[in-house]
Amino acid sequence: MITMKRVRKTYPNGVQALNGMNIHIDKGEFVYVVGPSGAGKTTFIKLMIRELKPSEGLIQINGNNLGDLSDKQIPYLRRKIGVVFQDFKLFTKLSVYENIAFALEVIEEEPEQIKTKVMDVLDIVGLKSKARFNTSELSGGEKQRIAIARAIVNQPAILIADEPTGNLDPETAWSIMGTLEEINNRGTTIVMATHNSHIVNTLKKRVIAIENGKVVRDELGGSYGYQA
Amino acid sequence: MAIKRKTLTRHGREGFKNIRRNGWMSFASMSAVAIMLFVVGAFAFLIVNTNHLIDTIENDVEIRAFFEHDVDASEQESVLEEVESHDSVENVVYRDRDEGLDVFMESMGSDGEVFENLREENPLNDALIIQATDPQMTAAVAEEVNAQSAIESVEYGESILGQLFTVTNYVRILGGALVIGLIFTSVFLISNTIKLTILSRKDEIQIMKLVGATNSFVRFPFFIEGALIGLIGAIIPIAGLTVGYSYLYSFMYDQVPFFTFVEPNPMIWQISGLLLLVSILVGIFGSQMSVRKFLKV
Repeated sequence: MITMKRVRKTYPNGVQALNGMNIHIDKGEFVYVVGPSGAGKTTFIKLMIRELKPSEGLIQINGNNLGDLSDKQIPYLRRKIGVVFQDFKLFTKLSVYENIAFALEVIEEEPEQIKTKVMDVLDIVGLKSKARFNTSELSGGEKQRIAIARAIVNQPAILIADEPTGNLDPETAWSIMGTLEEINNRGTTIVMATHNSHIVNTLKKRVIAIENGKVVRDELGGSYGYQA
Repeated sequence: MAIKRKTLTRHGREGFKNIRRNGWMSFASMSAVAIMLFVVGAFAFLIVNTNHLIDTIENDVEIRAFFEHDVDASEQESVLEEVESHDSVENVVYRDRDEGLDVFMESMGSDGEVFENLREENPLNDALIIQATDPQMTAAVAEEVNAQSAIESVEYGESILGQLFTVTNYVRILGGALVIGLIFTSVFLISNTIKLTILSRKDEIQIMKLVGATNSFVRFPFFIEGALIGLIGAIIPIAGLTVGYSYLYSFMYDQVPFFTFVEPNPMIWQISGLLLLVSILVGIFGSQMSVRKFLKV
């Protein structure tokens, strides 16, 4: 499903974020990506949605080589991958409903379907009652849920979450994890970058540790392995 | 790929909503459009009327060709016919010495009556009043008429005519240059203001792209929004100029009868239409140019 071979990424300023990264993730997996700050986790995510191009190496998603994608094909790749961004990336002037509906408008979904799907996905993240709220009126945890709802409303095969529990109180973090598990149980592959050792060590999944732009550890049911 | 109708409806709706969502920025853009169009429009009216004034002055230029006293009627007739058939002559009127005296006396007002006793011994000449097709041809026509042996002399204000045409030509060129300059300036200012409103929405565009929107999907609502800013921004100055000019026209018509402005209809509609079109195009242009910069995500 997701394959990276010898991927290198050097930024124009000379910083080498990824340095020969090899990864293979199968359909339906739930994977934590851990590592110290600056290890290359965010670069890894940006490469998967073609926000960045690798300097070298091969990236395949669902059998498509991202290096072969033209600029015009990128939007279609992104529609197959739901992303929960660390900073949420919600439209601040739009309501909760409009934020999620946008992902469906993009794929030219039927208006009646949009309504049904948005309400369904709000139900999953437990925020059905806040559909008409403006996103600026929401708490951090609620914004995180809306970001998740938007990422999954298209029923993407892959959900990538960058620090989805960052800046959240433990209780909220756990309920977010519950939501992600539920989504994973429906067959969605989940790749989650995190610093939350408690979650990684409690809710055991495959752990890929990145350091200095390389995979240094990859174990099923592994632990966080860093000082929290 | 053809856009589906529901998507088109969605883009239109978003375009409208965005004006409201970005209230102050939209207001700023529309104000910039309104102010610039007001200046351009007012200037356009000024130029059109200046041209009209120049035309009026130039068309008043006439040649008076005086016959020799001893020329008989048939000879005068043949000269008249020859002048009439000249390519550069618009209009010829024959005015005999009696009429000439009437015109002269009239021009003297109430004092003119004292000249009535001159009628028996009228010293004036029979004359031809000639207008050239192109006022700028006046001097050439006058020369040719003067060459006729039956003509004693011609008068066409030669001393000031050259200066008049120099001045009017300069005014025309200057006016044209100013209009073009002003239009460029306002196009630049308006599209820059619109750019600023979109600059503040860089993040929004970035998010759209990351969620999987195609470039055209992002662009379209901005297209509508730009067109609307142009349209709404143009309405106020157009309404103001139309009312203002109509009022000024009728005021001048009543108060200054010797010089009339250009009739409002259809000139005012032509200028308004042009302003509206330019405004909408600049709105679209400004919004599309600025969105383009942020699409590379």
